[in-house]
Amino acid sequence: MNERAMDLPRSAVDQNWPHVLRWGLVCGLVLVSLCLVGMPVELDKRAIIERHLSLGYLFVLLVPIAIGWVSSTLLVLEGVENRRQGLYDLVTGLVVGLIGGGVLSLLMVALDNWNLRDPLVNWSPQLFRFLTYENGMGFGAAAWLCTGALLGLAGAALHVVPSVVRRTTAFVVFGLFFLSVLEAAISDLSEGFGLESLTDWLYAKKGGLTVTSTIVVGLVIGAASMVTRGRVKAATNRYRDMEGAERQKASMILFVVVAVLCIVLPMFLGKIMNELLANVGIFLLLALGLNIVVGLAGLLDLGYVAFFAVGGYTTAVLTSPNSPWFAPELHFGVALVFVVIAAGLTGLLIGAPVIRMRGDYLAIVTLGFGEIIRLLFMSDWLGPYFGGAQGITNIPGVDLGFATVKGTDPRSVFYLVLVFCAIAIYTSWRLQASRLGRAWMAVREDEQVAEAMGINTVNAKLMAFVVGAVLASFSGAVLAAKVGSIFPTSFMILVSIIILVVVIVGGMGNIAGVLVGSFVLIGVLGGPKQPGLLQEFQNYKLLIYGILLVFMMLKRPEGLVPSARRSRELHQDEFLQDAWLQGDKLESEEEEGTVVTATVSTGEVGGAEE
Amino acid sequence: MSEHLLEIRDLKVTFGGLDALSGLDFHVDEGEIVSVIGPNGAGKTTFFNLISGLVAPTEGEILFEGESIVGLDPSIVTSLGIARTFQNVRLFPNMTILENVMVAQHCRTSQQVFGALLQTKAFKKEESEIRERAEEILGFFGHRLVGYRMDQPAFALSYANRRRLEIARAMATQPRLLLLDEPVAGMNPMETAELTALIGRLRSDWGFTIVMIEHEMKVVRDVSDRVVVLDHGVPIAQGSYDEVSINPSVVEAYLGRPVEADR
Repeated sequence: MNERAMDLPRSAVDQNWPHVLRWGLVCGLVLVSLCLVGMPVELDKRAIIERHLSLGYLFVLLVPIAIGWVSSTLLVLEGVENRRQGLYDLVTGLVVGLIGGGVLSLLMVALDNWNLRDPLVNWSPQLFRFLTYENGMGFGAAAWLCTGALLGLAGAALHVVPSVVRRTTAFVVFGLFFLSVLEAAISDLSEGFGLESLTDWLYAKKGGLTVTSTIVVGLVIGAASMVTRGRVKAATNRYRDMEGAERQKASMILFVVVAVLCIVLPMFLGKIMNELLANVGIFLLLALGLNIVVGLAGLLDLGYVAFFAVGGYTTAVLTSPNSPWFAPELHFGVALVFVVIAAGLTGLLIGAPVIRMRGDYLAIVTLGFGEIIRLLFMSDWLGPYFGGAQGITNIPGVDLGFATVKGTDPRSVFYLVLVFCAIAIYTSWRLQASRLGRAWMAVREDEQVAEAMGINTVNAKLMAFVVGAVLASFSGAVLAAKVGSIFPTSFMILVSIIILVVVIVGGMGNIAGVLVGSFVLIGVLGGPKQPGLLQEFQNYKLLIYGILLVFMMLKRPEGLVPSARRSRELHQDEFLQDAWLQGDKLESEEEEGTVVTATVSTGEVGGAEE
Repeated sequence: MSEHLLEIRDLKVTFGGLDALSGLDFHVDEGEIVSVIGPNGAGKTTFFNLISGLVAPTEGEILFEGESIVGLDPSIVTSLGIARTFQNVRLFPNMTILENVMVAQHCRTSQQVFGALLQTKAFKKEESEIRERAEEILGFFGHRLVGYRMDQPAFALSYANRRRLEIARAMATQPRLLLLDEPVAGMNPMETAELTALIGRLRSDWGFTIVMIEHEMKVVRDVSDRVVVLDHGVPIAQGSYDEVSINPSVVEAYLGRPVEADR
């Protein structure tokens, strides 16, 4: 097959049939599993474009396009004349889509003839009606064969059309998609700015964009994408190439802009959006803490939620009048001191026994400890102290004198959490470039050698645990003040795992990565219990998390915004090649210096041999 | 006083019934360069692991500056002033070259979390000192580890440069005794000759006492004051290179049968 790939040009019918068949079946299987998961039927209720397109159909229709695109992607080889893409690829996409549609039609036949509702909950008449467009079997099958083929063709066509068209299409499609899906958020935002009339025009009453607005906005986005073409990239490249003082200045401006946005924007946001931001902040704080433990020190801690729980419970006990055993009703600020102490101690207590384990063993043991802490809080034994399953309620907000931070005012919670996030970001940033940060890195790289180089690895690792624990406990304290009550069920193991996914997907070891990760995952998809922007996906959140994690591990293991170090680590070969080329360049520049040193060293050699 | 810098008395270590080392008496004086040689499996690296605390001896005493260091953690041994390199180059591959040397100064520095968070004067001063010292040490190896290379990850280095960096990292712990485990293994003759000269300068310029494991006899001959030969965990000869090289039991250990020593 490899020899064949080199043949130029190829005739359109002379396809690599096993390849086409494989992708066609992949397409079909993805479609069938999507249907059986129940996504299309449930998401059908949500309109994207009023009366014409629902989110459910959109998802099903996107599959052949995506797989048509993937299946006809050409492996571009450097230094070889590559085949021009054309008719051949269009046929690939078409056939792949056709097979996908065929498989879906088979599903329809099966739906019609057998009842498998028992194991497959979504094997329902609704699904059948959805797939046949409520027009009967024959129409449905024909329609899906056609649409499948056309969409596969469209996906493949993206390779063939000029890049301007490709880029503009992508912008328009994704722009419209987000505009429509983020309806709630955008309405909320425009309300804050007094632009209700805009949203009234944009969205239909029952949800979804209106047809006119779709066309108008599509044109606007298309035009905008033509105008901005290349500029964004140029700007980021310019920023990347800056050095020294100039770079510092640019970073400073960037920082100030972001800071001002963070402070000003919430004032214009409604309750829902602020609530969402507060949730993102709480998880961001957790993720930043875990990033220190996992990303910097390389300790895979799967029981991180334990520290979150300790923070929450300590705050609850110290501030709530309803605390069953000991209720000093301290002020939040005072309680925070004890929260830090309690979290630090828990970090030491959990850390001390498990710190000598490595890798997988550490992960399993911490997983256990995370559960133990939750079960302790839930147990009857500690019930008299922490309220057992009933938890502790009536936790007061944070009284700041001029304002009170409490859950009913999510904006204030956001500001509170913002302060803590700033502390966490500052901490991670400073520690990274310190003696301790370097020790963590060394431990992550090779523990035994780190020890032989004079690093007390036990201390270094314990410090990572404690710093991480303190940051997580801040998050717990904010959660307690926000929700006003604390239950053991808030600290399920799922929280640990979701935070870990945030860190991995965002980019391990990189603060910006963690930021992006928590916005994308917690903000858009939602936390374990907290809804995100895409509330429609509430039921499929974990599925999407899983798919995203698998996809990232395969395609981009360094995360969305990788740290330089980690992408170097994962792409050593490419880096070495670059370094080699760069080294050649630099070496020839400093040629003169080399010659001088070389003579010196030969002189020494002569001396040594005498 | 005739106290040795490092003194080992009747050292023995057993791995599951196998004596990796036994009955080893050994000493190094301040300012000496001592080579440890022996065929493969003779226990040379185990000997280094024992001194640096990675392996605990079954019996015997290891005295460094008159104090026993048996049972101490490797990090403490290092902080007392014994640094080592590894036979199979074990750098921190994803840390930059500069960071590799900076991190090795851990036990000579003291700033903790709060210094870093508050950016205290002491913290900044210490950071810049660490960096300066790291650059100074890297500069010892000529142009090879400085300049643009300082910010490259260690895995990007050539094999010989990795060996050099490993020595630089050991130097950064500010030891009195430097243990070099096959410093020239895998180097070409040119690089070997250069490093041989550097080992001499490690003593004359930096004042390190050096114990070196080496298979390259030319290097052993050129730099060492004294040679210790191990075979099957037992020391079989000690003395100057010339004495040892004609010692019949040494020749036997290397060649497997007695031959006329006619070199």
